[in-house]
Amino acid sequence: MEAIILQILNGLDKGSAYALIALGLTLIFGTLGVVNFAHGALFMIGAFCAVVMQRLLGLSYEQVDPTKTDFLGNPLKVQVPYVESWFGPEIGGAIVDWSVPLAIVLAIPVMVILGFVMERGLIKHFYKRPHADQILVTFGLAIVLQEVIKYFFGANPIQSGAPAALSGSFDFGAMLGFDPNVVIYPFWRLVYFLFSLVIIAGVFAFLQFTTFGMVVRAGMADRETVGLLGIDIDRRFTIMFGLAAAVAGLAGVMYTPILAPNYHMGMDFLVLSFVVVVVGGMGSLPGAVAAGFLLGILQSFASMNEVKSIIPGIDQVIIYLVAIVILLTRPRGLMGRKGVMED
Amino acid sequence: MGILEVKGVNKRFGGLQALGDVNLSVKENTVHAIIGPNGAGKSTLLNCLVGKLIPDTGSVMFDGQSVLGRKPHEINQMGISRVFQTPEIFGDLTVLENVLIPCFAKRDGAFRMHAFETVAHEKEIVDRALHMLDDVNMAEKRDMHAASLSRGDKRRLEMAMCLVQEPKLLLLDEPTAGMARADTNNTIDLLRHIKATRDITMAIIEHDMHVVFSLADRITVLAQGTPLVEDVPEKIKGHPKVQEAYLGQSQHGHH
Amino acid sequence: MFGLNAKDTRFLLIVVFLTLATPILLQPFPESSSLAQFNAGYPDLMQKFAIFGIFAIGFNILFGLTGYLSFGHAAFLGVGSYTVVWMYKLLSYNILPGLVLSIIISALFALVIGFISLRRSGIYFSILTLAFAQMSYNLAYSVLTPITNGETGLQVYTNDPQVLMGANSPTSPHLFGLVMRESVQVDMGGWLFTFNIGYYFCAIIAILAFYISLRIFRSPFGMMLRAIKTNQTRMNYTGLNSRPYTLAAFVISGMYAGLAGGLLAAMDPLAGAERMQWTASGEVVLMTILGGAGTLMGPVLGAGFIKYCENIFSKINDGILHSWFAFLPDGIENFLVTLVHPFVGKGWHLTLGILFMLVVIFLPGGLVEGFQRISRLFRSKRVKDGPRRKDPEHHPKSAPHVAE
Repeated sequence: MEAIILQILNGLDKGSAYALIALGLTLIFGTLGVVNFAHGALFMIGAFCAVVMQRLLGLSYEQVDPTKTDFLGNPLKVQVPYVESWFGPEIGGAIVDWSVPLAIVLAIPVMVILGFVMERGLIKHFYKRPHADQILVTFGLAIVLQEVIKYFFGANPIQSGAPAALSGSFDFGAMLGFDPNVVIYPFWRLVYFLFSLVIIAGVFAFLQFTTFGMVVRAGMADRETVGLLGIDIDRRFTIMFGLAAAVAGLAGVMYTPILAPNYHMGMDFLVLSFVVVVVGGMGSLPGAVAAGFLLGILQSFASMNEVKSIIPGIDQVIIYLVAIVILLTRPRGLMGRKGVMED
Repeated sequence: MGILEVKGVNKRFGGLQALGDVNLSVKENTVHAIIGPNGAGKSTLLNCLVGKLIPDTGSVMFDGQSVLGRKPHEINQMGISRVFQTPEIFGDLTVLENVLIPCFAKRDGAFRMHAFETVAHEKEIVDRALHMLDDVNMAEKRDMHAASLSRGDKRRLEMAMCLVQEPKLLLLDEPTAGMARADTNNTIDLLRHIKATRDITMAIIEHDMHVVFSLADRITVLAQGTPLVEDVPEKIKGHPKVQEAYLGQSQHGHH
Repeated sequence: MFGLNAKDTRFLLIVVFLTLATPILLQPFPESSSLAQFNAGYPDLMQKFAIFGIFAIGFNILFGLTGYLSFGHAAFLGVGSYTVVWMYKLLSYNILPGLVLSIIISALFALVIGFISLRRSGIYFSILTLAFAQMSYNLAYSVLTPITNGETGLQVYTNDPQVLMGANSPTSPHLFGLVMRESVQVDMGGWLFTFNIGYYFCAIIAILAFYISLRIFRSPFGMMLRAIKTNQTRMNYTGLNSRPYTLAAFVISGMYAGLAGGLLAAMDPLAGAERMQWTASGEVVLMTILGGAGTLMGPVLGAGFIKYCENIFSKINDGILHSWFAFLPDGIENFLVTLVHPFVGKGWHLTLGILFMLVVIFLPGGLVEGFQRISRLFRSKRVKDGPRRKDPEHHPKSAPHVAE
């Protein structure tokens, strides 16, 4: 029982990331009808927003510390971050420590603007082109984005930690009444899971309860009819693209303490997220979320030693295996509409 | 005994009875039209004939064999060719290639790995295709991209692709739907020409009365999924039941 | 000749000539000149041209003709490489058994994967092939380590059986004694030409591969594949079963990929899992599109172009840039070097990505379409009113000159 709970918990953070990326992917597909292979790159850029924030907050100047001396007896020069000199060492230190959550403030405008530029500058011209062309051009864009990041940040992963207060682990099992020290869970993973739930709830609420969202949902169901009503659907779809980009970016920002950002992390997540979208059903938002968590948890179950000893290598292939079975038996995915992209 | 025998076909979609006890017999070398107001079940019936839908009960026999549960290519290989509402052609291929493909399908069956033959060396097939294009007055357009043809020419080409297979039965699904008067008349002329120059059985699903009466040997009137009456065109015109169910309604519709 | 008409024969002969003369043609600059770094006539690179040319030609038979976009063809590349290295380990360094077997095994793989994946079309097909390739890649890295030697990669060790190894057998890949890495170098007044056995072996196979693809393009089978791309509904209602046609195309292209993978190991006796990664599948897609999907020469051009840029661009460093712009005033020189720097050397992937986007956006027909547009521009200037005939060689969408 404890083992099962532990595996579910372990699957949650990956599942959250899959769900968030897949949500954006399927939102873009459902509204714009575009298959966006650059979506993983957006996740990656989000993660690098956290790196940028860390570096911005870390900007410092040199100061002579009269209280310390080096081994020759000369006064020691120390680096003092500007934020510490502005807000004092305590508050300033806390701000630096909390750079990852603070990066959200940076990521939202960056991602939304990036999304707008992408949609207006490139994707817009591909609405009427075949899906293969859309895949190819966004694939090219993904290469460009990741190479730009590589140019500025290098090829090595860059560590960026969670705030000290949230970086430890806690005994989740003991809280639930199990034996202590069995179900140990890192704080940040729980934070990530809760964060993703908030974002998902926010997106659904936005689509469900605002007029804007209603129009978009109607457009997802039947684009032509909505167009005939004289509603400027294109502008709304641009905004949806920005939203999807922001969701992917936020997923990336908060993921940095779990996985040190590197320039190719987007591609790694993209392939899996695409599988998630297909399993959930192209164009289905609840499907994407459900499939994201489902596959994340399945993957973590498959990596249990007990399972691996029965079927060696299952942890490596489980997601793809599930995708293949689902595609063959139920091509529209778990919750997709019939006939979407059958041709 | 007709070449196409539909017996006791029923089809329900949920609560809707789309087809109710349809019996139909298409005689060899005749043009048989199936008419009826919108929603009479014409398309459902057609889909049952080509294997796209399987009726709940009843049988569809073609040339002594059941067509039910067969795939489209199998049904074609039995000798049924189909003309669609909007012409289905190979847009990226040339006009000549469009006609060559059905020739190969007729000769080689549903699949053959003829990867090391050369199209140009198949003199017999190329000649047959060229002859067919000549017959529908498209010989000079043979090297054009099929997608760049006019709507009327696309219809002509599709007809040529079906006829070159010398089908035992040609199914036409509203061949003049959405056409201007001039194009419609051209299509009627083409169909008349086909009828006059070869032995062929045609089943036409049609909404346009003008087309039907200028072509059909026999007409079946379908209303609410059931055949009302089947007879020669002259009798159908004056038939009170038809007036009531179809003509009356359609005249209202035009006002 | 060869079952081709005069035009195609001429075309084939040109390709044969270009392929055989590659070691000379790609060496246009004398060794001592500052442009010598643009020479591409060295064995390693020329072998890659031929091998990836084969890979792309095969991929084009599937994607170019039927329009089915596979994102998993690298799996077959990897399978081919592993097969050949295993034959080294078990038998000897003779490449023939391995190459034959690599084609057979990749065909079987392609048959299974294709049979399942082709039950879906469009994006679903792409995802299915991607899923299969990723599975193969992940397995090759993990549980299949006894077969693939995991991260280290598969190679020949001294304690391998090599049952057919004689005392005088070569200790590197060879074909009945013709050692692949051996070359003849000819110095002709400053120009250095390298004639490598491995390259010529690959080149002959590439010519054969090209010839087969040419025959397929002109065959009824090839016409059926193009018909599938255009309109499957009409295809089925014309009495044709599209499934075996697409499966045959898939298997053929899988065999080409397996052969290419085998040749990679025949030139360099190593095989690694990274060859199966989906980015490697993406690379062959890039080559085919960049050159021109569905055209005969396009994939070869694309493969050559990408491999050339990869090798040459990635070698250009700041020192070379400075020497180029040295004639300019210092300020401008430094500015230009800074400007160009991100796009060369390690950054050449950026150039590739940008180029690829530009091609997809403005030239969906690839380089071949670009050349066509340019040549049409010249021709229309010469004969203003003359009827413009499309060149069938470079434009398979037009009639394969059936009546000629």
